[in-house]
Amino acid sequence: MKLKHLLFATIASVTMATAAMAADIKPAMIYDMGGKFDKSFNEAAYRGAEMFKKKSGINYRDFEIQSEAQREQVLRRFARKGFSPIAVTGFSYAKAIETVAGEFPDTKFAIVDMVVDKPNVQSIVFKEHEGSYLVGILAIMASKTGKIGFVGGMGIPLIEKFACGYKQGARSVKADAVVFKNMTGNTGAAWNDPVKGGELTKSQIARGADVIFQAAGSTGLGVLQAAADAGKLGIGVDSNQNHLHPGKVLTSMIKRVDAAIYKVFEDARTGNWKSGVSVLGLKEGGVGWALDENNKSLITDAMKKAVDAASAKIISGELKVHDFMTDSKCPE
Amino acid sequence: METIELAIQVLDSGLRLTALLLFACLAGLFSERSGIFDIGLEGKLLGAAFAAGAGAAVTGSAWLGLLCGIGVSVVLSLMHGLASITFRGNQIISGVAINFLAAGMAILFGQAWFGRGGNTPSVTGAAKFNDISLPLVDTLNNVPVIGMLYRELISGHTILVYIAFAFVPLTWFILFRTRFGLRLRAVGECPEAVDTAGISVIWLRYRAVIICGILCGFGGAYLSISQNSFFVRDMSAGKGFVALAALIFARWMPFNALVSCLLFGILEASAIAFQGITIPGIGEIPVQFIQALPYILTVILLAGFVGKAVPPKAGGVPYVKER
Repeated sequence: MKLKHLLFATIASVTMATAAMAADIKPAMIYDMGGKFDKSFNEAAYRGAEMFKKKSGINYRDFEIQSEAQREQVLRRFARKGFSPIAVTGFSYAKAIETVAGEFPDTKFAIVDMVVDKPNVQSIVFKEHEGSYLVGILAIMASKTGKIGFVGGMGIPLIEKFACGYKQGARSVKADAVVFKNMTGNTGAAWNDPVKGGELTKSQIARGADVIFQAAGSTGLGVLQAAADAGKLGIGVDSNQNHLHPGKVLTSMIKRVDAAIYKVFEDARTGNWKSGVSVLGLKEGGVGWALDENNKSLITDAMKKAVDAASAKIISGELKVHDFMTDSKCPE
Repeated sequence: METIELAIQVLDSGLRLTALLLFACLAGLFSERSGIFDIGLEGKLLGAAFAAGAGAAVTGSAWLGLLCGIGVSVVLSLMHGLASITFRGNQIISGVAINFLAAGMAILFGQAWFGRGGNTPSVTGAAKFNDISLPLVDTLNNVPVIGMLYRELISGHTILVYIAFAFVPLTWFILFRTRFGLRLRAVGECPEAVDTAGISVIWLRYRAVIICGILCGFGGAYLSISQNSFFVRDMSAGKGFVALAALIFARWMPFNALVSCLLFGILEASAIAFQGITIPGIGEIPVQFIQALPYILTVILLAGFVGKAVPPKAGGVPYVKER
């Protein structure tokens, strides 16, 4: 009798516990310095988290850091409060995640844009060079001068990866294409300086560039603005930014951070979450280019054909876009 | 020919970057000449930039946006005045408080009103100060050198750039050729003398900080609805502090301020233009070096070349009538 009781109680508690675990995840989202509403990278993560909230009905906590020192603090605070999974956007979190993930081995972490080798961390990286290659093709085909520009946030390998893919794409169409490359700064503030982004753009335009691609967070908004003001074309990044200046943004290099974040939360909810590295490229639908009513008139049939052909080749593995991060070099 | 074009391009970009520094620098000049140190220029720029961006987005008029910017900046100035003139508080602390207050409040209101994480919506057309073409551009176009300089360099800025440069002689005139200016300078050097002459030290200093607020209002509006078309968090990026350095470098004189602001502006423009450029014999200059150049030069100039910068004697000291 007693045994039966105990058994029953155990079964009941186990079922309850699993049910509770499945429903009661406490996800948290932490954004990088560019801010939640940068219309780009972080905003994509925000959209993913919102989508999860809408579909699952589970609320999530989020936080926008204001300074470098807060990275570790907020991670530790969220972990201590029992949040899991905790997703962060941005390579700059690598060090903080490595430290905090060691302190809280039972908490699930996910980092976008960087690989952190810990048993409780999922690292999500994108093949930005593939998406950038495609917009490079579009850029040079839309250019009348044969000169195109790139404005990055910081001169870090990740951003060089964008620039390098972009250049390769342009050179694949026009071997003597001139690609100007500028970086905004060396600190986190470089992701939030639209004035400087605008001035860099004006400087590239003065040198003859007429299509400018940016990968610089909120700084990029200044780039698109300056290009639109000068009657030239900008290219958006991470999120679809075509609508910011309709008809003045050639396309956007889309990085599906939203889908990645949604998957992290959803996998945690259904119990399928796994640590390790996920690499999302064209083939996985992780990167791509945006075509909508705002830029329809800018993309000619020839351009679309060229991009689709290159895209198919990359997916089949016939064409390999060089990844800057493998050897820190970009082929000329 | 290419070198000339590059030079003009750098100068052109330099003028745009100088205008903002000039507004902030002259604002600081009025305040500090009256004996009120103002480390809160950065905060006022930011507050005004937000108000101008928000005002322009809501009303659809750049000029009303400018008015909003000036309004907020003057309110922040008056808070600084209240703390440091009326209540004789520490001017540095009050200024720092203004900086924090403006940075935080802008995001708070921005989020509440527009729900874009503190950014204001992007404005176009009449809600933004657009580049204007000066008259005679076409007439002078065929004149060699002058025509090109006029077209590329002088013409084609927004109205606020011209206003910024016009404020330089105006400031000089007010400070050195009017009775108000004489008293303003006197109150920063020796407030007792002004008081003995039967003029209110308090009221004079308040007027000085109000003027400071108005000029910062112009600067903030220039930032958000002339250089850009929206406000984003911390967009002033330390320009208020650079202006403060330029003010010390200029020894609190209006035309010196023009020179020092131009120096900082053009240095920043060259940092932008010379990124990744190769100099024969040396090779490619690292981007980091170019970007650090303005700051290195600031240190060198402030340390060695300007001689002793003597601030207004009564600067930073609250005026107490009776000892």
